[in-house]
Amino acid sequence: MENLINIGVRSIFIDNMIFAYFLGMCSFLAISKKVTTAFGLGVAVVFVLSVTIPINWIIQNYVLTAGALAWLGPQFASVDLNFLQFIVFISVIAAVVQLTEMAVEKFSPALYGTLGIFLPLIAVNCSILGGALFMVGRPYNLTEATVYGFGSGIGWLLAIVALAGVREKMKYSNVPGPLRGLGITFILVGLMSLGFLSFLGFSL
Amino acid sequence: MSTESAEVQEVKEQKSEPLFSKRNKKLISNPLDIDNPITVQVLGICSALAVTTQLKPAFVMSIGLMIVTASSNAAISLMRNTIPSRIRIIVQLAVVSLWVILVDQVLKAYVYDVSKQLSVFVGLIITNCIVMGRLEAFAMGNKPWPSFLDGIGNGLGYGLILMSVAFFRELLGAGSLFGFKVFEAVGIHYQGNGLMLLPAGACIIIGLIIWVQRTLNGYREAH
Repeated sequence: MENLINIGVRSIFIDNMIFAYFLGMCSFLAISKKVTTAFGLGVAVVFVLSVTIPINWIIQNYVLTAGALAWLGPQFASVDLNFLQFIVFISVIAAVVQLTEMAVEKFSPALYGTLGIFLPLIAVNCSILGGALFMVGRPYNLTEATVYGFGSGIGWLLAIVALAGVREKMKYSNVPGPLRGLGITFILVGLMSLGFLSFLGFSL
Repeated sequence: MSTESAEVQEVKEQKSEPLFSKRNKKLISNPLDIDNPITVQVLGICSALAVTTQLKPAFVMSIGLMIVTASSNAAISLMRNTIPSRIRIIVQLAVVSLWVILVDQVLKAYVYDVSKQLSVFVGLIITNCIVMGRLEAFAMGNKPWPSFLDGIGNGLGYGLILMSVAFFRELLGAGSLFGFKVFEAVGIHYQGNGLMLLPAGACIIIGLIIWVQRTLNGYREAH
């Protein structure tokens, strides 16, 4: 249990998807002008990350790793399908995103109204595929991987809502013309990332 | 900044070929400045920030991205009339990941140390917004040859920004260029600036590059 809390805290604050790895920056910068829409996208990312990471963990450990197909029979024990990793992972992500979109559209039209436009975007959000690829490089079991996925999503949500809050206030500042918009946003992200570095001192 | 001038040189050479019409030349030159994928279209930021602590991985990454963008642009453009629009994203992702797997295997085979350094970011070319963005915005509605050029142009524009960020980060952060200790070679003791090696340094440098570029080309953004 303590181990799971460690992984959760670590993935939210220390290994934050945005401030430590810069994953999912495109939508992070594009959809952070208003807090409400930023929150909607963040929730969708949390959901997709916590569903796709366990699925990809199962596929990685029972199909793709060297020797993982041994459960089919001894003649498959030497098969190594690791080179298919990218294409399998991205197909799983695209399929889950598409399914989620259809399910939400059918069962909860109100939620679809707020989340709907963001869902297709998530398939190409680097933080989802990045999370899956990081998960492969770490010795997690299924529960730990799920917690990791959920925590990374929460970290992303936290980052985008914080940035949107700051950007809403930026409207009242007098920024030099050429720096307006994207330029100042980058500098803001840099400063926020410096703030998040203070979590590095935590020893978990 | 020898690499940047090399890239500009390349564009000029291509311009002199008669095969390139005026429109096709624009496809390559526009993404370098007024239509830059990173600083103007805001695409492909993730990798631009993450792989730029040193020039070498940044260089390899730009080449890899250029190959993937150009070839998947051409491939999707060939198939554009047969792809059903409802499932086009999955088809595009499948084509792109095919090219990325090829690039990844080649990198692992020939430059293993750089491939280790880039870690997940080679795989993340699949979800690099430049590739997807150009497929959606250009390749789905244009012939293969212009699409291929558009891919090359955007790859160069991406590489240009990537190399300039990496240039400043490696020079100020470690006092070297491509691993060569510049300051020591001219006899100055240089204490590396650790901020430049942190993620935060990359963000601030890219913000400043955008500032300079927009001051020069007059591009303005409303709030």
